[in-house]
Amino acid sequence: MKQRDQAGQHRNFRFLLWLSATALLLCFALPAEAAVVAAKAASTTAWWVWPLSLFVVCFFLGMIAVPAGVGGGVLFVPIVGSFFPFHLDFVRGAGLLVAMASALAAGPSLLKNGMANLRLAMPLALAASISSIGGAKLGLALPANVVQIALGVTILGIAALMLSAKKSEFPHVAQPDPLSQKLGIHGVFRDVISGKDIPWHVHRTPMGLVLFLIIGFLGGLFGVGAGWANVPGLNLLMGVPLKVAAGTSSMILAMASSSATWYYLDNGAILPIIAVPSVIGMMMGARIGAHLLTVLKASVIRNMVIAILLFAGVRTLLKGMGWWI
Amino acid sequence: MEPDRQSASEQLTYAAVLHWSTIIGFIALIVTFVVYMLGWLPAYVPLDKLPHLWGLSTTEYLKATGTPTGWSWLFMMNKGDFASQLGIAILSGCSIFCIAAIMPAYAKSKNLTYIAICFLEIVVLVLSASGIFGH
Repeated sequence: MKQRDQAGQHRNFRFLLWLSATALLLCFALPAEAAVVAAKAASTTAWWVWPLSLFVVCFFLGMIAVPAGVGGGVLFVPIVGSFFPFHLDFVRGAGLLVAMASALAAGPSLLKNGMANLRLAMPLALAASISSIGGAKLGLALPANVVQIALGVTILGIAALMLSAKKSEFPHVAQPDPLSQKLGIHGVFRDVISGKDIPWHVHRTPMGLVLFLIIGFLGGLFGVGAGWANVPGLNLLMGVPLKVAAGTSSMILAMASSSATWYYLDNGAILPIIAVPSVIGMMMGARIGAHLLTVLKASVIRNMVIAILLFAGVRTLLKGMGWWI
Repeated sequence: MEPDRQSASEQLTYAAVLHWSTIIGFIALIVTFVVYMLGWLPAYVPLDKLPHLWGLSTTEYLKATGTPTGWSWLFMMNKGDFASQLGIAILSGCSIFCIAAIMPAYAKSKNLTYIAICFLEIVVLVLSASGIFGH
């Protein structure tokens, strides 16, 4: 009986997920045509349709972003930038806010349960914060089509990274590097499955700092957040256990996105009518997404996200090149 | 053991400040947005004009609407669209409050490296918020 209930619940969630995907695709199709009209002439669509559509799309994006292990920003910017009538400047500003808000909301529990490490996050966040301002400044200065093409290429690169990246639950660090020792970057991770306390150290800290300078720059430039790059950087390059890498990534993202968000806000590139429904929709969807994680295979959702990223990446690239307006 | 215990204490302080500042930020974000959407405060740029404007680049939008940049929004809180930037600003400032909150712990333990890192991070965030980097 219990098994039947579980199977039924599983089916319901699977149905919900495919319903979300269908709704998302419909949302792509509907505003895509209207986007052209809105860009060239005044849209005849009532103004409130757009924030409402944005809320619905972000709700579904939030649902799939959490189980797929990506931040909301990386899905938000290419999809909303390609299929809604908003200028890419405003979409990137909202994307940064979406990424930052999600990371801030997750921060307290990640820090309390040791899934995020502040001493690891602080130096890397400093590097990323500095460069993200440079990225934001360049992003607002470049022509939109140039940013759109670069964004399309980056999104396709992220999809390729997600397809090919290896992960190491507990990477082997033979010897912590001198800089990480000086900074006191180490910790003990409690593995719930085995019930064991696993001490961890890091290596290649100088290379990590350089990498996070680049990641911060890209995050500010495209407004996509950087969870997709933070986690492999921390895990594969620096040898941080996977779950600590994912948690610490949020802390870095929150700080680095803050500096870029201020820049966008100061320069009038954040419109509340675009940013706020996106943040609220994404946060609400993420709560359901966290539940989906417990009942659905993460790999199924991950593959779906990769497919969406490939589609959105191609669309963004072609839009930037003027081949698919 | 001492450094780990100190590290855990910093994390808890950071988490507590982050928890409350984020809640305040989200409440401000939602309340001000509802006020904006329901028209309880008049908007600087009327809502029905936005579909004609949000397809413009930031520069063109600012020019077309005469929207002031920088911190001017803080002095125009009687307009719904500017008031709804309050929550965004609080959320963007959360990290500053949190980092400032853990600095006394580093000072107490004379951890000069992390005092310097925290100080630099606050400087970066404050400078970014100040609008000094311009457009």
